Amino acid sequence: MDLKKYAPFIILGLLALLPLTGISTYMLHVLIIVIMWSVIGMAWNLLGGYCGQVSFGHAAFFGMGAYTAGLLYEKLGMSAWWGLPISVPVVTVFALVMGFIFLRLRGPFFALGTLAMGVILRITAENLTGFTGGDLGIMIRERTWVDKTWYFYIILILAAVTYYVIKKVVESKLGYYFVAIREDQDAAESLGIDTTLYKTIALCLSAVITGLAGAFYMNYMGYIDPKVVFALHDISVVTIMVVMVGGVATFSGPIIGALIMVLLAEVIRSIPKLGMAHHTFFGILLIVIIIFLPNGIAGDWPKLKKIFAKGKTA
Amino acid sequence: MTAMLEVKGVSRFFGGLAAVNDVSFHVNKGEILALIGPNGAGKTTLFNVVDGFYPPSRGEVLFKGQLISNRKPHQICKLGIARTFQVVKPLQRMSVLDNVIASAFLRSKNKSEAQDIAVETMKFTDLYDDKDVISKSLPLGKRKRLEIARALATRPEMLLLDESFAGLNHAELNVSIEIIRKIKEKGITIMIIEHHMKVIMAISDRIVVLSYGEKLAEGTPAEIRENPAVIEAYLGEAQNA
Ligand SMILES: Nc1ncnc2c1ncn2[C@@H]1O[C@H](COP(=O)(O)OP(=O)(O)OP(=O)(O)O)[C@@H](O)[C@H]1O
Ligand SMILES: [Mg+2]
Repeated sequence: MDLKKYAPFIILGLLALLPLTGISTYMLHVLIIVIMWSVIGMAWNLLGGYCGQVSFGHAAFFGMGAYTAGLLYEKLGMSAWWGLPISVPVVTVFALVMGFIFLRLRGPFFALGTLAMGVILRITAENLTGFTGGDLGIMIRERTWVDKTWYFYIILILAAVTYYVIKKVVESKLGYYFVAIREDQDAAESLGIDTTLYKTIALCLSAVITGLAGAFYMNYMGYIDPKVVFALHDISVVTIMVVMVGGVATFSGPIIGALIMVLLAEVIRSIPKLGMAHHTFFGILLIVIIIFLPNGIAGDWPKLKKIFAKGKTA
Repeated sequence: MTAMLEVKGVSRFFGGLAAVNDVSFHVNKGEILALIGPNGAGKTTLFNVVDGFYPPSRGEVLFKGQLISNRKPHQICKLGIARTFQVVKPLQRMSVLDNVIASAFLRSKNKSEAQDIAVETMKFTDLYDDKDVISKSLPLGKRKRLEIARALATRPEMLLLDESFAGLNHAELNVSIEIIRKIKEKGITIMIIEHHMKVIMAISDRIVVLSYGEKLAEGTPAEIRENPAVIEAYLGEAQNA
């Protein structure tokens, strides 16, 4: 029992020690990406998993965070690291506007609205060539560190803080209100819950965390363009898959999902010829998960354990 | 006695249909007022107008003298009116306890206070033994009671009960009647929609009869029982059925 309670600290501690073990640069890179996706997954999970507002446009927030960092560097000559703090108000304002427009829509209409938003931002970034550089993207010419260790610690801290904040939020009044809204919006209203307000709070929190991941991405990768950071497939849809594979509305789900999705993508990409078809694989995986593990790996863990136990005795 | 709730010339149209048509009445503080009428009479629609789900097409609703018919449901709940739904709306994948905690937060500063209110409310409504059950798997009788518990946990001054007795077996019926009596003893004003005539006659102080969206009659249970228009429109039908 206690093990479960301390598991997050133990995992965090072990991860923090990892760069000291002489781990390869490639492995460290994969881990950084896994942790970054955990952050995005946790953020999406707050809005989609707990509050029930399914977004197909989280690339909008990711891209906005990335471009905030990139433009601060490109236009104002500031360090792109300023993108982390400054993306917070930028993305919040954007999420408020978006919430005002879309949160009056329910269910599939909200999902479609967010989908459109992601696409609109990508096209805007592509066409505002004077401001964003358009398809050429933004490149940071002088990287902060050649070594990946510090990037690893920065994203690890961001993930730990995100995990902590989301856990606190979900276990508080906010969390109860989010889930009440997810389960039945009319019932929630009748219980005195200002559903528009609380949906807006969920959206802003989720957007800001995703934007932070985006700002980190700019710093870490050193290059962004609209097709990469506002991508429907590679960002918005993968975000949903990370959470669905890992387990919707669970604390560990997005982390498990990120690990599986990133490793899978790496493995598939390394297979010659087949590598190009990784979207197809992800599609098939999603279908399999929806049919056999509708609650994801964390959510259907008891079911999985039973299957493995049977396999052993047989 | 002061009027807790005043419904003044309220109409609600759906397209060409007048679901509620120029209805006026009031509910006194501390009483149980029953709203009866045949299926489709507009009873639920009237509840939806009172608690803010539908704005009235005409007329207004006042709660403790304050205009509320321009407010949203969550604001009206905060002012002190809670309701149950005829078609129950449990927060399906939450436990019974969490359902009630979610509503108890309205008047709580923190989670432990909300939890205390929830536990107290569940004991009051005889649901405590089911506190860990996921509400999706609760039998109908208890789901109806969960609606009441959840409404009570918002600490209302007035409670709107929409057919909380429908579909209950005899034993459950008695439990629920007892709960309504205890709610009244707490001083909470109740407006109740009910088809179960025996229950209505036994518990209500006054009755308003709706038919085709219009108010047909208003009076004490004894008066309503003797009213020829009511007998024709509603009771006769019920007795034949
Ligand atoms: N949202 C709506 N849109 C259109 N028509 C509606 C709507 N809600 C109710 N109605 C119509 O208004 C009339 C009154 O319905 P209401 O549900 O208020 O009746 P009721 O008295 O509660 O009936 P019951 O005893 O069956 O619950 C019905 O003819 C119904 O079809
Ligand atoms: Mg009704």
